[in-house]
Amino acid sequence: MDFLGLVWRWLADPAHWQGSDGIPARLVEHIHLSGESVLIGAAIALPAGIALGHYGRFGALAINISNAGRAVPSFGILVIAFQVFGLGDLPIVLALTALAVPPMVTNSYVALREVDPDIREAARGMGYRELAQVLRVELPLAVPLIMAGVRTSAVQVVATATLAALIAGGGLGRYIVDGLATQDYVKTAAGAVLVAALALATELSLSGVQRLLVPRGIRLLNAPVAARATTFKVA
Amino acid sequence: MTARLFLESVDPWINWDWLSTHIPLVLGALGEHVELTAIALATGLVISVPLGVAAHRSGGLRLAVLGFFGAFYTIPSLALFALLIPFTHLSGTTAEIPLIGYNVLILVRNVLVGLDAVPRDVLDAADGMGYRPLPRLLRVELPLALPSIFAGLRVATVSTIGIVTITALIGLGGLGSLIDKGLVENFHTPLVVATILSIALALVADLLVAGAQRVAVPWARPV
Repeated sequence: MDFLGLVWRWLADPAHWQGSDGIPARLVEHIHLSGESVLIGAAIALPAGIALGHYGRFGALAINISNAGRAVPSFGILVIAFQVFGLGDLPIVLALTALAVPPMVTNSYVALREVDPDIREAARGMGYRELAQVLRVELPLAVPLIMAGVRTSAVQVVATATLAALIAGGGLGRYIVDGLATQDYVKTAAGAVLVAALALATELSLSGVQRLLVPRGIRLLNAPVAARATTFKVA
Repeated sequence: MTARLFLESVDPWINWDWLSTHIPLVLGALGEHVELTAIALATGLVISVPLGVAAHRSGGLRLAVLGFFGAFYTIPSLALFALLIPFTHLSGTTAEIPLIGYNVLILVRNVLVGLDAVPRDVLDAADGMGYRPLPRLLRVELPLALPSIFAGLRVATVSTIGIVTITALIGLGGLGSLIDKGLVENFHTPLVVATILSIALALVADLLVAGAQRVAVPWARPV
């Protein structure tokens, strides 16, 4: 039987769909680790990026944090976190959160900076207070680029969570790492298919969320978000 | 074993004695890292410039190229390495295919941004001066797209250096092999040294590409 057939057989085997090393359990672990990290990262990065962009302060910092983030080897950071905090989810979530922050800061900063100064002035002239102006005028205009940052972060976190298996974590990376260790390349490839599918599903589902969040008029205004969003890949 | 355990309890972040006796090991890993990175960047560039030019001409090709490489870019590197092992085995090829593919997306996108931004007036002037299509591309359009291509090259360089650390997991060398050594032997020094060197290498390479841009495109200062 050819190799792809073996991988398909592995994936279809009911034995791989139950128990603590089964695909559903590993998928839940993977999503749990990634989701937690992206949420914590967003809670830190989005307010920071939005505030910096609104006031137009520390622009060099907001832009360069992504460049610095790209330079940090995700594998090294995960292992260092493991050496400091030991076994468990804590080092994994901390390392993933650190990787999730930079693109969200940069994109939300750029998104707020790009709001037309005339529109800000019009909002002020209409009597909007600062907070209302940010929430009701600037943020709706900034949503496409902010969401592009969230999507980039989420895809990178899902990718890096695969490496968590190296520091005794769970997730779908388990199959790849265990397969490599035992030279069971069918298992490794099956894990790779699952990880790739999860990364693509993350990208597609967040594109859907973005579409829902962006008001229709603004969708027509700024189409080419991809060209302005920061490129970020660490795993 | 007892000595090892005793050492662990006082394992400093950098053990200078170990480092001073293992300089060749560290430099070797650094050299392999640079080599893996350079191949991925050079090949990526050789593929991306013609592909970007072609995609600039044809809307259908543009959609196909951006769609395919966009999806490829989303897939984690470890997954791609793992999928390639049965076909290309534990080899440099297995490492380079994903790295090159990621760079192609970044670079093609920037070639397109650069070519799209060439003003219509400039093209008309070049046509009026009698430029044929190929000389116009080589002597007018691509030079004007260079700042954007260099910007892409900087992003690709820094990203590649980070991701190359993961190739150690499929048995290739580079700084990742020292990170792996630190993990397996529960020994901080190689791990910390390799992580710091990887970051430093990325920053130095970024400066070098920015410097090359200054020389090649003196009219557009890198940011």
